[in-house]
Amino acid sequence: METVTITMKNPPALYLEADNVSPDAFAGKTASQIAELHVYEGNTTSTLGKYFDVSGNAGATAADTKIIVKGDVKKVKYLGFKMSAGEVVVEGSTDLYAGGWMTGGTMLVKGNAEAFAATGMKGGELVIEGNAGNYLGAAYRGDWRGMSGGKILVKGNCGSDLGMYMLGGEIVINGNIDVHVMTHAEGGRTIIKGNAKSKVGGQLVDGTIIIFGTLDVMMPGYKYVDDVELEVLGTKATFAHFIGDTGERHKKKKGQIIYGNLYKKI
Amino acid sequence: MSEYVIKNGHVFDPVQGIKGDKSDVCIKDGKIVAKAGSGAKVIDAQGKTVMAGAVEVHAHIAGPKVNLGRIYRPEDKLFTCTPTRGMERMGGGNSIPTTFKTGYEYAKMGYTTAMEAAMPPLFSRHVHEEIRDTPIIDEGAFPVFGNNWFVMEYLKNHEIENTAAYCAWLLRATKGFAIKVVNPGGTEAWAWGLNCLSVNDPVPYFDITPAEIVKGLIEANEYLGLPHSMHIHPNNLGNPGNYTTTLDTLKIAEGFKAKNKFGREQVMHLTHTQFHSYGGDNWGNFESKAKEVMNYVNAHKNLTVDTGNVTLDETTTMTADGPFEHHLTELNHLKWANCDVELETCAGIVPYIYSPSISVCAIQWAIGLELALMAKDPMRCFITTDHPNAGPFTRYPRVIKWLMSAKARETQINAFKHKDKVLSQTSIGTQDREISLYELAQMTRAGPAKSLGLMNICGGLKPGMDADIAVYNFNPDTPVANPDDIEKAFTRAAVVFKSGVEVVRDGEIVSNGHKRTLWVNVKVKENPQVMRDINEKFLKYYSITQANYEALGHHFVPNPYALEVDATQA
Repeated sequence: METVTITMKNPPALYLEADNVSPDAFAGKTASQIAELHVYEGNTTSTLGKYFDVSGNAGATAADTKIIVKGDVKKVKYLGFKMSAGEVVVEGSTDLYAGGWMTGGTMLVKGNAEAFAATGMKGGELVIEGNAGNYLGAAYRGDWRGMSGGKILVKGNCGSDLGMYMLGGEIVINGNIDVHVMTHAEGGRTIIKGNAKSKVGGQLVDGTIIIFGTLDVMMPGYKYVDDVELEVLGTKATFAHFIGDTGERHKKKKGQIIYGNLYKKI
Repeated sequence: MSEYVIKNGHVFDPVQGIKGDKSDVCIKDGKIVAKAGSGAKVIDAQGKTVMAGAVEVHAHIAGPKVNLGRIYRPEDKLFTCTPTRGMERMGGGNSIPTTFKTGYEYAKMGYTTAMEAAMPPLFSRHVHEEIRDTPIIDEGAFPVFGNNWFVMEYLKNHEIENTAAYCAWLLRATKGFAIKVVNPGGTEAWAWGLNCLSVNDPVPYFDITPAEIVKGLIEANEYLGLPHSMHIHPNNLGNPGNYTTTLDTLKIAEGFKAKNKFGREQVMHLTHTQFHSYGGDNWGNFESKAKEVMNYVNAHKNLTVDTGNVTLDETTTMTADGPFEHHLTELNHLKWANCDVELETCAGIVPYIYSPSISVCAIQWAIGLELALMAKDPMRCFITTDHPNAGPFTRYPRVIKWLMSAKARETQINAFKHKDKVLSQTSIGTQDREISLYELAQMTRAGPAKSLGLMNICGGLKPGMDADIAVYNFNPDTPVANPDDIEKAFTRAAVVFKSGVEVVRDGEIVSNGHKRTLWVNVKVKENPQVMRDINEKFLKYYSITQANYEALGHHFVPNPYALEVDATQA
């Protein structure tokens, strides 16, 4: 695997839309060709090289390419946009849409990621070592196709509206989570190791939510079924099992209504 | 204005009966002329196809319903934005493009006239503001009448003269072009939680049937002598087995003859026929009844139709058929918007994905094509996608490819997941007809122009007509090696003229032209009763005053082109 390192040298005055920083866009290019790829600052189109030092050539394919992003990229959006393979490592924190619409490969953000990370994600793996913003793994504004595959791990806390319209895949939050979890979701699994607030699983059609910590307010559309023993990510514990959201439509399979599941550790 | 000669192209013009002969088309002062002066600018069309600018008979491209679609579907604009470039302002959207993109895309395909198919009268100002902001193409808008309280009250007592006087007043107030009917009575019934699925279902409270509304509006239309006929989206859209409702609706036109000075021959235009030609009684035995519907249309010269071809895309359905949109959201569970328009109509919107992996969608695709391929008279069957309901209008070149090439249809049929079902439920596999360029010019130019009462203005290349001309990079003398070349040629015209102004060159916009709003100004005998009724309804029921209702010329319709009709002697 070849490694390309891009280092912020000239921070943008406005927010920078760097939708070309992905192994797919870099693949087969030399450092100087990569520096010529476009970025947008406000309504101005310029080149990656204007803002970043680029060193190292990319591999022949996305799978052979690793990108390391150094320096302050807190005002850079779309890192890892639509990546299908390879690796992206962001050493600091980044702005909106990190790993947006990614279909494969791995992305690691060592700091925090702002809102809309992994929007419409279909596959691959995203790890955020700090905190994640709102709308992690959600659908794009207006869309009904949220994260449908892949894995996300957030080692810190996460904002609101996680997994809105989620269809599949798995999200693990080691810390606490803000309101609205898996709203409208039709599949997938979210594990919250810390505490949750409220509006968890509102209008959930299908999917699974597992909470290890506290839950401030349970949605009225959830119905307690029984207590179950579960092994989740290597931890065995007893959970109270709820089904819901009973106010929402649900699919039927072999005459049985398929509800969403919410497990709350006792 | 400049003079032009489009030299040596293969000209297809049904108005003059020209079938691909090499000849020159001359332009002077915005009109087509027999000969241009020696100083005329020459456009070389050697080896190219020359046709009149195409005429869109039915699309949803301006107004509150379209705009609500834009607002509630930001995802439709995702990754589709085009920045400012040359003459073009920025645009975006796929199934519901911005007004500017709408104008550019039509022009680039060689369309120069388009009709907005459903204008809620109360929101005519909004419709006209969007029409004003849609560059290049001439546009008109059809106000909807089929669920209007005035119309239902007058027609309950069969008061044709009063209905006509009201229609004339409303066309003037809204700067409308024709009488549109959507799910007659059914949309009003929807306000009561009901629907009208047959032509004999009574409308609650008003105690009138869809058949009475349709018949009365045909009579009112011919009483006035309007350029276009009554334009109908019948009851029971989109349901298996609905072709009987469609035939019942068509039969209402029997015995009526067109009465107008515009050369129009039909008394009823049936729109998006594909959505109304279904057999079976559930989605499992859903089948095509294109043959039954088209046989009837072929045998009755007082009808015109458009197809409503499914293009197999993700799109946004929107219609004044409120109950249908509710039915659709129950089927696909995607987001639904609904709006009641007081006293007049309503509208609903639901996104829809016509997936080639779903048998119903594939059968719908086949039905749309069957209709066009079974049409005996291409002057009475027009190509539409009921934009954006069956697909975006930007897919016309693909529909043309499917119609012009049996090979292209075969490729698509083989790509369907449920190929066998498509072949067993429709006759698409046995249709070997390939639409010729001349027939295409009939179905997209001369035919719709005649149906709209615009045959002396557009849709042809006869001297004296508006110089709306499209030149395509398509050589009719060379056999088509790859059907995709047809799609490519009709996607981006080589040259397009609109009213004698070169608006497209090599597929790029080079001028914003002189866009006009077409509307119909009908003079009728003074009718104090109707005027009193209008006044009373505004005082008693409307939430706005009559003074705030009219789409006034200077702001809303800055470039009007009024078709004058005198019905005072009727």
